[in-house]
Amino acid sequence: MAALDLLLRLLATILHAALVFALAPLVLGLVATLRARLLGRRGPPPLQPYLTLVKLIRKTTLVPDNATEFYPVWPYLAFAPIAAAALLVPGFCAGLLTAGLSDIITIIGLLALSRAAIILAGLETGFGFGGAGAARDILFGIFAEAALLVTVLTFVLIAHSPTVDGIAAAFRDNHIGIQVSLGFALAATFMVALTETGRIPVDNPAGHLELAMVHEAMLLEYSGKNLALFEATAMLRLTVWMSLIATIFCPFGIGRAVDILSWPAGLALWLIKLAALSSGLAVFELSSAKMRIFRVPEFLGVAILLGLLSAVFLFLAQRIGS
Amino acid sequence: MTLTYPLAHALGAVMLLCAFAMLSQRRLAALISLYQIEAITLTAAAFWQGFAQHEINLYLTGLITLIIKAVLAPIALRRIVHHFNLIRAVETAMPVGLSMILGVALIGIAVLVVLPITVNAVTLTREDLAISLSIVLLGLLVMTTRRNALSQVIGFLSTENGLVLAAIGMPGMPFVAELSVALLVLVAFLVVGVFVFRIREHFDTLDLKGIEAIERRGR
Repeated sequence: MAALDLLLRLLATILHAALVFALAPLVLGLVATLRARLLGRRGPPPLQPYLTLVKLIRKTTLVPDNATEFYPVWPYLAFAPIAAAALLVPGFCAGLLTAGLSDIITIIGLLALSRAAIILAGLETGFGFGGAGAARDILFGIFAEAALLVTVLTFVLIAHSPTVDGIAAAFRDNHIGIQVSLGFALAATFMVALTETGRIPVDNPAGHLELAMVHEAMLLEYSGKNLALFEATAMLRLTVWMSLIATIFCPFGIGRAVDILSWPAGLALWLIKLAALSSGLAVFELSSAKMRIFRVPEFLGVAILLGLLSAVFLFLAQRIGS
Repeated sequence: MTLTYPLAHALGAVMLLCAFAMLSQRRLAALISLYQIEAITLTAAAFWQGFAQHEINLYLTGLITLIIKAVLAPIALRRIVHHFNLIRAVETAMPVGLSMILGVALIGIAVLVVLPITVNAVTLTREDLAISLSIVLLGLLVMTTRRNALSQVIGFLSTENGLVLAAIGMPGMPFVAELSVALLVLVAFLVVGVFVFRIREHFDTLDLKGIEAIERRGR
Protein backbone atom coordinates (compact mmCIF):
# COMPACT_ATOMS: atom_id res chain seq x y z
CA MET A 1 0.00 0.00 0.00
CA ALA A 2 2.82 2.35 0.91
CA ALA A 3 4.50 1.52 -2.38
CA LEU A 4 1.32 2.36 -4.29
CA ASP A 5 1.03 5.67 -2.46
CA LEU A 6 4.61 6.48 -3.31
CA LEU A 7 4.00 5.62 -6.95
CA LEU A 8 0.90 7.83 -7.08
CA ARG A 9 2.75 10.71 -5.48
CA LEU A 10 5.60 10.30 -7.97
CA LEU A 11 3.09 10.30 -10.84
CA ALA A 12 1.39 13.40 -9.46
CA THR A 13 4.73 15.17 -9.11
CA ILE A 14 5.72 14.37 -12.68
CA LEU A 15 2.31 15.45 -14.00
CA HIS A 16 2.50 18.65 -11.95
CA ALA A 17 5.98 19.49 -13.27
CA ALA A 18 4.93 18.82 -16.86
CA LEU A 19 1.80 20.93 -16.53
CA VAL A 20 3.51 23.89 -14.86
CA PHE A 21 6.28 24.05 -17.44
CA ALA A 22 3.89 23.56 -20.33
CA LEU A 23 1.24 26.01 -19.18
CA ALA A 24 3.47 28.88 -18.01
CA PRO A 25 3.71 30.57 -21.46
CA LEU A 26 -0.03 30.13 -21.94
CA VAL A 27 -0.78 32.01 -18.71
CA LEU A 28 1.33 34.96 -19.83
CA GLY A 29 -0.26 34.84 -23.27
CA LEU A 30 -3.73 34.74 -21.76
CA VAL A 31 -3.04 37.89 -19.72
CA ALA A 32 -1.71 39.69 -22.81
CA THR A 33 -4.68 38.64 -24.94
CA LEU A 34 -7.23 39.62 -22.30
CA ARG A 35 -5.57 43.00 -21.86
CA ALA A 36 -5.66 43.68 -25.58
CA ARG A 37 -9.30 42.54 -25.84
CA LEU A 38 -10.34 44.78 -22.95
CA LEU A 39 -8.66 47.69 -24.69
CA GLY A 40 -10.67 46.94 -27.84
CA ARG A 41 -7.71 45.59 -29.80
CA ARG A 42 -7.48 42.10 -31.20
CA GLY A 43 -4.14 41.43 -29.54
CA PRO A 44 -1.76 38.49 -29.92
CA PRO A 45 -3.17 34.95 -29.72
CA PRO A 46 -2.77 33.32 -26.29
CA LEU A 47 -0.21 30.95 -27.78
CA GLN A 48 2.08 33.80 -28.80
CA PRO A 49 4.65 33.24 -25.98
CA TYR A 50 5.31 29.69 -27.26
CA LEU A 51 6.04 31.11 -30.71
CA THR A 52 8.29 33.75 -29.17
CA LEU A 53 10.27 31.08 -27.34
CA VAL A 54 10.63 28.96 -30.49
CA LYS A 55 11.72 31.99 -32.47
CA LEU A 56 14.33 32.95 -29.89
CA ILE A 57 15.74 29.43 -29.68
CA ARG A 58 16.21 29.37 -33.48
CA LYS A 59 18.05 32.69 -33.57
CA THR A 60 21.80 33.08 -33.29
CA THR A 61 23.09 33.71 -29.78
CA LEU A 62 25.39 36.70 -29.83
CA VAL A 63 27.86 37.49 -27.08
CA PRO A 64 29.02 41.11 -26.59
CA ASP A 65 32.77 41.69 -26.91
CA ASN A 66 33.17 43.16 -23.46
CA ALA A 67 31.28 40.37 -21.67
CA THR A 68 33.07 38.26 -19.08
CA GLU A 69 33.16 34.47 -19.19
CA PHE A 70 30.23 34.35 -16.76
CA TYR A 71 27.95 35.83 -19.41
CA PRO A 72 26.29 32.54 -20.52
CA VAL A 73 25.97 31.31 -16.92
CA TRP A 74 23.40 33.83 -15.70
CA PRO A 75 20.42 32.62 -17.78
CA TYR A 76 20.77 29.15 -16.29
CA LEU A 77 21.27 30.53 -12.79
CA ALA A 78 18.13 32.60 -13.22
CA PHE A 79 16.05 29.73 -14.59
CA ALA A 80 17.09 26.91 -12.26
CA PRO A 81 15.80 28.39 -8.95
CA ILE A 82 12.45 29.30 -10.49
CA ALA A 83 12.17 25.79 -11.94
CA ALA A 84 12.85 24.39 -8.47
CA ALA A 85 10.25 26.71 -6.96
CA ALA A 86 7.74 25.57 -9.59
CA LEU A 87 8.22 22.01 -8.37
CA LEU A 88 7.77 23.04 -4.74
CA VAL A 89 4.56 25.06 -5.03
CA PRO A 90 1.60 22.69 -5.28
CA GLY A 91 -0.69 23.13 -8.25
CA PHE A 92 -3.57 20.78 -8.90
CA CYS A 93 -2.99 18.53 -5.92
CA ALA A 94 -1.34 18.62 -2.51
CA GLY A 95 0.96 15.99 -1.08
CA LEU A 96 3.49 15.86 -3.90
CA LEU A 97 6.82 14.18 -3.29
CA THR A 98 8.31 17.65 -2.83
CA ALA A 99 5.66 18.66 -0.26
CA GLY A 100 7.98 18.29 2.71
CA LEU A 101 10.57 20.57 1.11
CA SER A 102 8.14 23.33 0.17
CA ASP A 103 9.13 25.54 3.07
CA ILE A 104 7.86 29.00 2.22
CA ILE A 105 11.13 30.60 3.32
CA THR A 106 12.94 28.31 0.87
CA ILE A 107 10.67 29.50 -1.90
CA ILE A 108 11.39 33.14 -1.03
CA GLY A 109 15.09 32.30 -1.11
CA LEU A 110 14.80 30.64 -4.53
CA LEU A 111 12.97 33.64 -5.93
CA ALA A 112 15.67 35.92 -4.50
CA LEU A 113 18.42 33.74 -6.01
CA SER A 114 16.88 34.01 -9.46
CA ARG A 115 16.47 37.75 -9.02
CA ALA A 116 20.15 38.05 -8.06
CA ALA A 117 21.21 36.17 -11.20
CA ILE A 118 19.13 38.49 -13.41
CA ILE A 119 20.59 41.54 -11.67
CA LEU A 120 24.13 40.28 -12.24
CA ALA A 121 23.24 39.60 -15.88
CA GLY A 122 22.14 43.22 -16.15
CA LEU A 123 25.44 44.42 -14.73
CA GLU A 124 27.45 41.98 -16.85
CA THR A 125 28.38 44.11 -19.86
CA GLY A 126 28.57 47.35 -17.90
CA PHE A 127 26.27 49.40 -20.12
CA GLY A 128 24.05 52.09 -18.68
CA PHE A 129 20.50 50.80 -18.99
CA GLY A 130 21.39 47.38 -17.59
CA GLY A 131 22.97 49.00 -14.55
CA ALA A 132 19.99 51.30 -14.03
CA GLY A 133 17.57 48.38 -14.30
CA ALA A 134 19.67 46.35 -11.87
CA ALA A 135 19.76 49.19 -9.34
CA ARG A 136 15.98 49.54 -9.50
CA ASP A 137 15.40 45.82 -9.20
CA ILE A 138 17.60 45.65 -6.11
CA LEU A 139 15.66 48.53 -4.59
CA PHE A 140 12.35 46.77 -5.21
CA GLY A 141 13.72 43.43 -4.06
CA ILE A 142 14.73 44.70 -0.63
CA PHE A 143 11.26 45.98 0.12
CA ALA A 144 9.34 43.15 -1.54
CA GLU A 145 11.20 40.43 0.36
CA ALA A 146 10.80 42.26 3.66
CA ALA A 147 7.06 42.55 3.05
CA LEU A 148 6.80 38.90 2.09
CA LEU A 149 8.69 37.75 5.20
CA VAL A 150 6.39 39.76 7.47
CA THR A 151 3.33 38.35 5.71
CA VAL A 152 4.61 34.79 5.94
CA LEU A 153 4.71 35.22 9.72
CA THR A 154 0.91 35.43 9.71
CA PHE A 155 0.44 32.29 7.61
CA VAL A 156 2.81 30.27 9.70
CA LEU A 157 1.23 31.44 12.96
CA ILE A 158 -2.26 30.52 11.77
CA ALA A 159 -1.37 27.21 10.12
CA HIS A 160 1.37 26.04 12.52
CA SER A 161 3.30 24.82 9.51
CA PRO A 162 6.07 26.45 7.47
CA THR A 163 5.40 24.52 4.24
CA VAL A 164 3.04 25.73 1.52
CA ASP A 165 1.49 22.30 1.53
CA GLY A 166 0.85 22.40 5.26
CA ILE A 167 -0.56 25.93 5.09
CA ALA A 168 -2.95 24.91 2.33
CA ALA A 169 -4.06 21.84 4.26
CA ALA A 170 -4.61 23.87 7.43
CA PHE A 171 -6.60 26.56 5.64
CA ARG A 172 -8.72 23.95 3.88
CA ASP A 173 -9.47 21.57 6.70
CA ASN A 174 -9.56 23.69 9.84
CA HIS A 175 -12.35 26.17 10.24
CA ILE A 176 -10.36 29.36 10.01
CA GLY A 177 -13.43 31.48 9.27
CA ILE A 178 -13.28 35.01 7.97
CA GLN A 179 -10.03 36.20 9.43
CA VAL A 180 -9.20 39.88 9.37
CA SER A 181 -5.48 39.17 9.39
CA LEU A 182 -5.80 37.01 6.30
CA GLY A 183 -7.49 39.87 4.48
CA PHE A 184 -4.57 42.17 5.27
CA ALA A 185 -2.12 39.40 4.33
CA LEU A 186 -3.90 38.86 1.00
CA ALA A 187 -3.59 42.55 0.13
CA ALA A 188 0.10 42.53 1.07
CA THR A 189 0.76 39.35 -0.93
CA PHE A 190 -0.90 40.79 -4.03
CA MET A 191 1.28 43.88 -3.81
CA VAL A 192 4.46 41.80 -3.47
CA ALA A 193 3.40 39.49 -6.29
CA LEU A 194 2.84 42.44 -8.64
CA THR A 195 6.32 43.70 -7.83
CA GLU A 196 8.04 40.34 -8.14
CA THR A 197 6.45 39.51 -11.47
CA GLY A 198 7.06 43.01 -12.84
CA ARG A 199 3.45 43.83 -13.62
CA ILE A 200 1.94 47.22 -14.17
CA PRO A 201 1.91 49.49 -11.17
CA VAL A 202 5.60 48.69 -10.70
CA ASP A 203 7.00 47.79 -14.10
CA ASN A 204 5.45 47.62 -17.54
CA PRO A 205 6.11 44.24 -19.22
CA ALA A 206 5.04 45.64 -22.60
CA GLY A 207 7.08 48.82 -22.27
CA HIS A 208 9.75 49.60 -24.84
CA LEU A 209 11.13 52.83 -23.41
CA GLU A 210 14.58 52.06 -22.02
CA LEU A 211 14.45 54.82 -19.41
CA ALA A 212 11.33 53.39 -17.79
CA MET A 213 12.19 49.69 -18.01
CA VAL A 214 13.26 47.60 -15.06
CA HIS A 215 13.16 43.90 -15.87
CA GLU A 216 13.56 44.26 -19.64
CA ALA A 217 16.42 46.75 -19.25
CA MET A 218 18.63 44.08 -17.67
CA LEU A 219 18.09 41.72 -20.62
CA LEU A 220 18.84 44.18 -23.44
CA GLU A 221 22.26 42.66 -24.10
CA TYR A 222 20.95 39.10 -24.34
CA SER A 223 19.79 37.35 -27.49
CA GLY A 224 18.88 33.95 -28.85
CA LYS A 225 18.79 30.99 -26.47
CA ASN A 226 19.96 33.09 -23.52
CA LEU A 227 17.07 35.50 -23.94
CA ALA A 228 14.67 32.58 -24.39
CA LEU A 229 15.75 31.25 -20.98
CA PHE A 230 15.17 34.63 -19.37
CA GLU A 231 11.74 34.90 -21.00
CA ALA A 232 10.87 31.40 -19.80
CA THR A 233 11.97 32.43 -16.31
CA ALA A 234 9.58 35.37 -16.34
CA MET A 235 6.68 33.20 -17.56
CA LEU A 236 7.36 30.53 -14.99
CA ARG A 237 7.61 33.12 -12.24
CA LEU A 238 4.14 34.46 -13.01
CA THR A 239 2.64 30.97 -12.92
CA VAL A 240 4.46 30.11 -9.68
CA TRP A 241 3.10 33.23 -8.00
CA MET A 242 -0.43 32.56 -9.22
CA SER A 243 -0.27 28.96 -7.99
CA LEU A 244 1.13 30.14 -4.66
CA ILE A 245 -1.70 32.65 -4.13
CA ALA A 246 -4.34 30.17 -5.28
CA THR A 247 -2.96 27.42 -3.03
CA ILE A 248 -2.70 29.54 0.10
CA PHE A 249 -5.78 31.74 -0.13
CA CYS A 250 -8.10 29.50 -2.09
CA PRO A 251 -7.15 25.89 -1.30
CA PHE A 252 -10.68 24.59 -1.85
CA GLY A 253 -11.05 21.66 -4.17
CA ILE A 254 -7.33 20.98 -4.37
CA GLY A 255 -6.77 17.29 -5.01
CA ARG A 256 -4.77 14.80 -2.94
CA ALA A 257 -1.85 13.04 -4.54
CA VAL A 258 -2.62 9.64 -2.98
CA ASP A 259 -6.21 9.70 -4.25
CA ILE A 260 -6.16 9.49 -8.02
CA LEU A 261 -9.91 10.05 -8.27
CA SER A 262 -9.55 13.57 -6.84
CA TRP A 263 -7.10 14.59 -9.56
CA PRO A 264 -9.49 15.60 -12.37
CA ALA A 265 -11.54 17.91 -10.13
CA GLY A 266 -8.38 19.42 -8.67
CA LEU A 267 -6.97 19.90 -12.15
CA ALA A 268 -10.09 21.62 -13.44
CA LEU A 269 -10.27 23.88 -10.38
CA TRP A 270 -6.58 24.76 -10.67
CA LEU A 271 -7.05 25.80 -14.30
CA ILE A 272 -10.11 27.84 -13.36
CA LYS A 273 -8.17 29.55 -10.57
CA LEU A 274 -5.29 30.37 -12.92
CA ALA A 275 -7.71 31.74 -15.52
CA ALA A 276 -9.51 33.80 -12.86
CA LEU A 277 -6.23 35.23 -11.55
CA SER A 278 -5.11 36.01 -15.11
CA SER A 279 -8.28 37.91 -15.91
CA GLY A 280 -8.10 39.68 -12.54
CA LEU A 281 -4.54 40.71 -13.35
CA ALA A 282 -5.54 41.96 -16.81
CA VAL A 283 -8.39 44.07 -15.39
CA PHE A 284 -6.19 45.44 -12.61
CA GLU A 285 -3.44 46.37 -15.05
CA LEU A 286 -5.88 48.27 -17.22
CA SER A 287 -7.38 50.19 -14.33
CA SER A 288 -4.11 51.45 -12.87
CA ALA A 289 -1.16 53.41 -14.16
CA LYS A 290 2.52 52.65 -13.80
CA MET A 291 4.05 54.35 -10.77
CA ARG A 292 7.13 56.49 -10.77
CA ILE A 293 10.19 54.48 -9.73
CA PHE A 294 10.59 56.26 -6.42
CA ARG A 295 6.94 55.72 -5.56
CA VAL A 296 7.47 51.96 -5.57
CA PRO A 297 9.23 51.76 -2.18
CA GLU A 298 6.24 53.63 -0.76
CA PHE A 299 3.88 51.10 -2.37
CA LEU A 300 5.89 48.25 -0.90
CA GLY A 301 6.12 50.08 2.41
CA VAL A 302 2.33 49.88 2.53
CA ALA A 303 2.68 46.12 1.88
CA ILE A 304 5.12 45.78 4.80
CA LEU A 305 2.79 47.68 7.11
CA LEU A 306 -0.21 45.63 5.99
CA GLY A 307 1.77 42.50 6.82
CA LEU A 308 2.57 43.97 10.23
CA LEU A 309 -1.09 44.86 10.78
CA SER A 310 -2.14 41.33 9.94
CA ALA A 311 0.27 40.02 12.58
CA VAL A 312 -1.00 42.59 15.10
CA PHE A 313 -4.59 41.51 14.51
CA LEU A 314 -3.65 37.88 14.77
CA PHE A 315 -2.23 38.48 18.23
CA LEU A 316 -5.29 40.53 19.09
CA ALA A 317 -7.67 37.77 18.01
CA GLN A 318 -5.69 35.15 19.90
CA ARG A 319 -5.62 37.17 23.11
CA ILE A 320 -9.32 37.76 22.89
CA GLY A 321 -9.98 34.14 22.11
CA SER A 322 -8.14 32.90 25.18
CA MET B 1 -23.81 33.72 17.24
CA THR B 2 -21.21 31.99 15.13
CA LEU B 3 -21.20 34.60 12.41
CA THR B 4 -21.72 37.70 14.58
CA TYR B 5 -18.15 38.00 15.72
CA PRO B 6 -16.23 37.39 12.47
CA LEU B 7 -18.50 39.60 10.37
CA ALA B 8 -18.37 42.55 12.78
CA HIS B 9 -14.63 42.02 13.00
CA ALA B 10 -14.28 41.97 9.20
CA LEU B 11 -16.40 45.10 8.68
CA GLY B 12 -14.36 46.95 11.32
CA ALA B 13 -11.19 45.79 9.60
CA VAL B 14 -12.36 47.11 6.23
CA MET B 15 -12.99 50.48 7.87
CA LEU B 16 -9.56 50.39 9.47
CA LEU B 17 -8.01 49.53 6.12
CA CYS B 18 -9.77 52.54 4.56
CA ALA B 19 -8.57 54.84 7.35
CA PHE B 20 -5.07 53.49 6.89
CA ALA B 21 -5.19 53.90 3.11
CA MET B 22 -6.21 57.55 3.62
CA LEU B 23 -2.83 58.13 5.23
CA SER B 24 -1.04 56.94 2.11
CA GLN B 25 -3.19 58.80 -0.41
CA ARG B 26 -2.10 62.07 -1.93
CA ARG B 27 -5.01 62.75 -4.23
CA LEU B 28 -8.18 64.40 -2.99
CA ALA B 29 -10.48 62.39 -5.28
CA ALA B 30 -9.06 59.13 -3.92
CA LEU B 31 -9.38 60.41 -0.34
CA ILE B 32 -13.06 61.16 -0.88
CA SER B 33 -13.67 57.73 -2.45
CA LEU B 34 -11.96 56.06 0.51
CA TYR B 35 -14.11 58.06 2.90
CA GLN B 36 -17.20 56.99 1.01
CA ILE B 37 -16.23 53.31 1.17
CA GLU B 38 -15.59 53.71 4.89
CA ALA B 39 -19.01 55.26 5.42
CA ILE B 40 -20.75 52.52 3.42
CA THR B 41 -18.96 49.88 5.48
CA LEU B 42 -20.05 51.70 8.64
CA THR B 43 -23.64 51.52 7.41
CA ALA B 44 -23.30 47.79 6.88
CA ALA B 45 -21.77 47.41 10.35
CA ALA B 46 -24.65 49.37 11.91
CA PHE B 47 -27.27 47.21 10.18
CA TRP B 48 -25.42 44.06 11.19
CA GLN B 49 -25.20 45.14 14.82
CA GLY B 50 -28.86 46.10 14.76
CA PHE B 51 -29.66 42.61 13.52
CA ALA B 52 -27.36 40.94 16.07
CA GLN B 53 -28.54 43.01 19.06
CA HIS B 54 -32.20 43.21 17.95
CA GLU B 55 -32.15 46.98 18.28
CA ILE B 56 -34.36 49.04 15.98
CA ASN B 57 -32.37 52.18 16.83
CA LEU B 58 -29.27 50.83 15.17
CA TYR B 59 -31.13 50.48 11.88
CA LEU B 60 -31.99 54.18 12.21
CA THR B 61 -28.32 54.99 12.87
CA GLY B 62 -27.38 53.01 9.79
CA LEU B 63 -29.93 54.89 7.71
CA ILE B 64 -28.68 58.28 8.93
CA THR B 65 -25.09 57.20 8.21
CA LEU B 66 -26.03 56.05 4.75
CA ILE B 67 -27.82 59.24 3.81
CA ILE B 68 -25.56 61.84 5.39
CA LYS B 69 -22.12 60.30 5.26
CA ALA B 70 -22.17 57.85 2.41
CA VAL B 71 -24.18 59.95 -0.04
CA LEU B 72 -24.46 63.63 0.87
CA ALA B 73 -21.00 64.36 2.31
CA PRO B 74 -19.03 62.80 -0.60
CA ILE B 75 -21.23 64.62 -3.12
CA ALA B 76 -20.61 67.91 -1.33
CA LEU B 77 -16.87 67.24 -1.08
CA ARG B 78 -16.66 66.34 -4.77
CA ARG B 79 -18.51 69.52 -5.69
CA ILE B 80 -16.04 71.57 -3.66
CA VAL B 81 -13.13 69.83 -5.41
CA HIS B 82 -14.72 70.42 -8.78
CA HIS B 83 -15.64 74.00 -7.97
CA PHE B 84 -12.14 74.94 -6.83
CA ASN B 85 -10.48 72.81 -9.49
CA LEU B 86 -8.45 70.96 -6.85
CA ILE B 87 -7.62 67.96 -9.02
CA ARG B 88 -3.91 67.91 -8.32
CA ALA B 89 -2.08 66.09 -5.55
CA VAL B 90 -2.14 67.44 -2.02
CA GLU B 91 0.98 68.53 -0.20
CA THR B 92 1.67 66.60 2.96
CA ALA B 93 3.38 68.04 6.03
CA MET B 94 5.58 64.98 6.51
CA PRO B 95 6.75 62.12 4.29
CA VAL B 96 4.01 59.59 3.61
CA GLY B 97 6.17 56.71 4.77
CA LEU B 98 6.79 58.32 8.14
CA SER B 99 3.11 59.06 8.65
CA MET B 100 2.26 55.44 7.86
CA ILE B 101 4.78 54.15 10.37
CA LEU B 102 3.22 56.52 12.91
CA GLY B 103 -0.16 55.09 11.90
CA VAL B 104 0.92 51.54 12.68
CA ALA B 105 2.36 52.72 15.99
CA LEU B 106 -0.98 54.38 16.82
CA ILE B 107 -2.87 51.17 16.03
CA GLY B 108 -0.49 49.29 18.31
CA ILE B 109 -1.09 51.83 21.08
CA ALA B 110 -4.85 51.58 20.63
CA VAL B 111 -4.73 47.80 20.93
CA LEU B 112 -2.43 47.91 23.96
CA VAL B 113 -4.62 50.47 25.71
CA VAL B 114 -7.98 48.89 25.02
CA LEU B 115 -7.19 45.25 25.77
CA PRO B 116 -6.09 45.54 29.43
CA ILE B 117 -8.80 47.99 30.53
CA THR B 118 -11.71 46.01 29.11
CA VAL B 119 -10.89 42.58 30.48
CA ASN B 120 -14.39 42.07 31.86
CA ALA B 121 -16.31 43.27 28.81
CA VAL B 122 -17.91 41.12 26.14
CA THR B 123 -15.50 40.04 23.39
CA LEU B 124 -17.46 41.77 20.66
CA THR B 125 -17.18 45.10 22.47
CA ARG B 126 -13.46 44.77 23.10
CA GLU B 127 -12.71 44.00 19.51
CA ASP B 128 -14.84 46.86 18.26
CA LEU B 129 -13.33 49.30 20.74
CA ALA B 130 -9.77 48.53 19.69
CA ILE B 131 -10.61 48.96 16.02
CA SER B 132 -12.64 52.13 16.50
CA LEU B 133 -10.02 53.74 18.71
CA SER B 134 -7.48 53.01 15.97
CA ILE B 135 -9.74 54.65 13.38
CA VAL B 136 -10.17 57.71 15.58
CA LEU B 137 -6.41 58.06 16.07
CA LEU B 138 -5.71 57.54 12.36
CA GLY B 139 -8.26 60.24 11.48
CA LEU B 140 -6.50 62.62 13.86
CA LEU B 141 -3.19 61.72 12.23
CA VAL B 142 -4.63 62.51 8.79
CA MET B 143 -5.70 65.90 10.15
CA THR B 144 -2.21 66.59 11.50
CA THR B 145 -0.23 65.48 8.48
CA ARG B 146 -2.17 67.33 5.77
CA ARG B 147 -1.80 70.99 4.91
CA ASN B 148 -4.88 71.17 2.76
CA ALA B 149 -8.06 72.27 4.51
CA LEU B 150 -10.25 69.81 2.63
CA SER B 151 -8.17 66.76 3.50
CA GLN B 152 -8.24 67.88 7.13
CA VAL B 153 -12.01 67.89 6.92
CA ILE B 154 -11.92 64.35 5.57
CA GLY B 155 -9.69 63.33 8.48
CA PHE B 156 -12.23 64.81 10.87
CA LEU B 157 -15.10 62.93 9.22
CA SER B 158 -13.11 59.69 9.39
CA THR B 159 -12.51 60.28 13.13
CA GLU B 160 -16.24 60.67 13.57
CA ASN B 161 -16.83 57.38 11.73
CA GLY B 162 -14.61 55.68 14.28
CA LEU B 163 -16.69 57.17 17.12
CA VAL B 164 -19.92 55.91 15.60
CA LEU B 165 -18.38 52.45 15.14
CA ALA B 166 -17.59 52.41 18.87
CA ALA B 167 -21.13 53.58 19.67
CA ILE B 168 -22.93 50.92 17.63
CA GLY B 169 -20.81 48.14 19.12
CA MET B 170 -21.87 49.14 22.63
CA PRO B 171 -25.10 47.45 23.75
CA GLY B 172 -27.46 49.89 25.42
CA MET B 173 -26.09 53.11 23.97
CA PRO B 174 -28.95 55.62 23.93
CA PHE B 175 -30.08 56.63 20.46
CA VAL B 176 -30.14 60.33 21.41
CA ALA B 177 -26.37 60.32 21.83
CA GLU B 178 -25.79 58.87 18.38
CA LEU B 179 -28.29 61.22 16.78
CA SER B 180 -26.65 64.25 18.36
CA VAL B 181 -23.23 63.10 17.16
CA ALA B 182 -24.57 62.76 13.62
CA LEU B 183 -26.17 66.21 13.75
CA LEU B 184 -23.01 67.68 15.23
CA VAL B 185 -21.07 66.39 12.27
CA LEU B 186 -23.55 67.91 9.87
CA VAL B 187 -23.25 71.29 11.60
CA ALA B 188 -19.47 71.03 11.74
CA PHE B 189 -19.41 70.14 8.06
CA LEU B 190 -21.45 73.23 7.19
CA VAL B 191 -19.24 75.48 9.32
CA VAL B 192 -16.11 74.05 7.80
CA GLY B 193 -17.58 74.45 4.33
CA VAL B 194 -18.14 78.16 4.92
CA PHE B 195 -14.67 78.39 6.43
CA VAL B 196 -13.12 76.73 3.40
CA PHE B 197 -14.83 79.15 1.07
CA ARG B 198 -13.54 82.09 3.13
CA ILE B 199 -9.96 80.78 3.08
CA ARG B 200 -10.22 80.35 -0.64
CA GLU B 201 -11.51 83.90 -1.06
CA HIS B 202 -8.63 85.38 0.91
CA PHE B 203 -5.65 83.29 -0.17
CA ASP B 204 -6.67 81.82 -3.52
CA THR B 205 -5.68 78.41 -2.22
CA LEU B 206 -6.83 75.86 0.33
CA ASP B 207 -3.34 75.46 1.71
CA LEU B 208 -3.19 76.59 5.32
CA LYS B 209 0.27 78.14 4.98
CA GLY B 210 -1.33 81.56 4.50
CA ILE B 211 -3.11 81.38 7.84
CA GLU B 212 0.08 80.27 9.57
CA ALA B 213 1.88 83.30 8.15
CA ILE B 214 -0.80 85.66 9.48
CA GLU B 215 -0.64 83.97 12.84
CA ARG B 216 3.10 84.53 13.02
CA ARG B 217 2.76 88.17 12.01
CA GLY B 218 0.07 88.74 14.63
CA ARG B 219 2.27 87.66 17.50
